[in-house]
Amino acid sequence: MSDALDTAAKPIKKPKRVLPERFKSYKGVWVFIEHEHGHVHPVSWELLGKGRELADKLGVELAGVLMGGDGDEIRAITAEVGAHGTDLCYLAQHPVLHDYRNQSYTLGMTELVNTYQPEILLLGATTQGRDLAGSVATTLLTGLTADCTGLDIDPSDRSLLSSRPTFGGSLMCTIVNLATRPQMATVRPRVMPMPARDPARPARVVEHALQLDESAIVTKVLDFIPDARADKPQLPFADFIVSGGRGLGKPENFQLVAELARTLGAEVGASRPAVHAGWADAERQVGQSGKTVRPKLYIAAGISGAVQHRVGMEGADAIAGINLDPGAPLFDFANYALIGNVTELLPALDKAFARRLATARTQRAQAHEEADRGEV
Amino acid sequence: MHIAVCIKQVPDSAQIRVHPVTNTIMRQGVPTIINPYDLFALEEALRIKDETGARITVLTMGPPQAEEALRKCLSFGADDAILITDKVFSGADTLATSYVLAAALKALDAQDPLDLIFTGKQTIDGDTAQVGPGIAIRLGHQLLTYVSKIRELDPANRHIVVERRAEGGVQVLRSALPAVVTMLEGTNEIRFAGMPDMFRAARQELKRWNRDDIAADLTQVGLKGSPTVVAQVFGPKPKAIKALRIEGDTPEAIAEAFIDKLFTDFPQLEAALLEHLDQLGQQGVTQ
Ligand SMILES: Cc1cc2nc3c(=O)[nH]c(=O)nc-3n(C[C@H](O)[C@H](O)[C@H](O)COP(=O)(O)OP(=O)(O)OC[C@H]3O[C@@H](n4cnc5c(N)ncnc54)[C@H](O)[C@@H]3O)c2cc1C
Ligand SMILES: Nc1ncnc2c1ncn2[C@@H]1O[C@H](COP(=O)(O)O)[C@@H](O)[C@H]1O
Repeated sequence: MSDALDTAAKPIKKPKRVLPERFKSYKGVWVFIEHEHGHVHPVSWELLGKGRELADKLGVELAGVLMGGDGDEIRAITAEVGAHGTDLCYLAQHPVLHDYRNQSYTLGMTELVNTYQPEILLLGATTQGRDLAGSVATTLLTGLTADCTGLDIDPSDRSLLSSRPTFGGSLMCTIVNLATRPQMATVRPRVMPMPARDPARPARVVEHALQLDESAIVTKVLDFIPDARADKPQLPFADFIVSGGRGLGKPENFQLVAELARTLGAEVGASRPAVHAGWADAERQVGQSGKTVRPKLYIAAGISGAVQHRVGMEGADAIAGINLDPGAPLFDFANYALIGNVTELLPALDKAFARRLATARTQRAQAHEEADRGEV
Repeated sequence: MHIAVCIKQVPDSAQIRVHPVTNTIMRQGVPTIINPYDLFALEEALRIKDETGARITVLTMGPPQAEEALRKCLSFGADDAILITDKVFSGADTLATSYVLAAALKALDAQDPLDLIFTGKQTIDGDTAQVGPGIAIRLGHQLLTYVSKIRELDPANRHIVVERRAEGGVQVLRSALPAVVTMLEGTNEIRFAGMPDMFRAARQELKRWNRDDIAADLTQVGLKGSPTVVAQVFGPKPKAIKALRIEGDTPEAIAEAFIDKLFTDFPQLEAALLEHLDQLGQQGVTQ
């Protein structure tokens, strides 16, 4: 909706659009179950959690859509799809679907949608999910909202309300699709909480035989080079994060963030301006166009808390901000405001945490010793 | 060989301000730039031009002012530029945008057949990454997204081999021309404009195409052709509680008071932190 957003700086009355009669047969909420090399992307489970909520509001079924090559490995995933809250799982297996490829997966997904007609289709905003979502939406000529941070149902007309930040730094917008079905949206990993897993929960499996032909699929996979996991920052799954923003002023000061992070064993995060200034790697950007994180503790140093940053980190359990400005937007949603200069507060925090942790370790060691002695 | 590069002129988001009272975006005076991601696409096309002598046409759908962005592309070395502009195109979502761009690319292809079409990974204002896939589907071309490297390009045998960023690794794909390639960021760096190209860019006639030039079906363009609409714009909700201000006369006092409060409010945090550090200690810290 790049341009739709342009015209939408002011609140707009709900647009007058009517859903054509032929779309009223579309029922149910679908989540695309994304996997690569036998590994299901956790965003699929997160989406099933949200999908359950939406399906319950609509009084319809929640389905996972699983496509893949032949074999038991794929079939085994259907049990997990059930365990994460679905009513049923559509399963399409075919040798052509062994590796993700745009053309074959687009053909598969559009055939499934046309056959079973869901009203909502959700995908992860990953490289695979975005590649597929854009192609499927264009093939079906339906609307797609990218990178949503909130999803809800409008009970008055059963439409999907997709929210995302709009550019400008402090505004959110809600996007609807009242003209076509299915309503499609992609959602970032880690935006929605992980639902509880119930291994006893069964899902009906609906197998669908796709007519695909390898000779008609133009693109061939020659190779897959897995990432060396160890040397990549694992921001989305980190429990402790210290992030720095423009308020740090210069690269030397960004080191203060890294030092506190080292003391806490935390990952280093950054706001977009800090990345643009070259103080931190692009992999470390937190926010709408960076990573979404859900740590136990997030410390934001010299970060104002613009909405594009906020949507990437407001799922943290505890948020502390270090800022000269007590009126920084960050403090509208953070837990703790540390007012002062980052150049003073970061080193002070580093020392205080180090001391505190050392004390806690000594106490723990003593407690163990006493326990040992008690046993003798 | 003929390559098209789709670029968009976007507001320099670093400089956008929101009106403090009305909460509306203040566009006046905000400078515009070429969408930074599109420069990676343009540079990749220019490299192919360096090697093969390919012709490059840049296209944009946008208001008349977008001419400036196109001229900039000419100064970097693009051969031709087309501004697709018509008031019926405004208010387009990604579906309607890809319709117009695909229609223009078809018209261009009819004049001078296209081998490759580049787009950026995404725009910084829309941020959707949907227009590239949309163009490929509408043209029936192969789609290669998040490409980090073009390994082989063989226009005579109509084939291309690319490295594509996938989840958890890099996919190496062999595909056929014509293809739509969306370039990943950080893959190259846009060159400096040379003097002769700068002079040429200032003088060269741009093509301006409207609804008739691309034979547009008016039900598929602009607001009419856009299924998604913005229903509401709102400020983010403040939480029920405002942040607690940690008091203290010195940075040291603030730091101590903060840690006390944090570990009191989140009693599991201290233990979790210790355990986390123990685990890291075993693995060796990776920073
Ligand atoms: C489409 C789009 C996508 C975006 N995506 C992202 C994204 O993914 N991530 C992201 O972070 N941003 C993103 N942004 C940018 C976002 O809107 C903000 O501009 C950005 O988050 C601001 O970064 P900042 O807080 O570091 O800088 P600023 O907003 O400049 O804030 C700096 C803060 O530091 C404080 N400060 C200054 N000096 C000191 C000091 N010495 N000690 C203590 N405090 C000090 C200031 O009071 C201020 O609050 C995006 C924008 C757009 C338009
Ligand atoms: N109005 C436009 N004119 C030309 N190209 C565009 C336009 N909008 C998007 N694109 C191209 O499509 C890519 C993805 O855009 P988006 O889907 O908006 O994130 C951009 O990097 C551009 O290459």
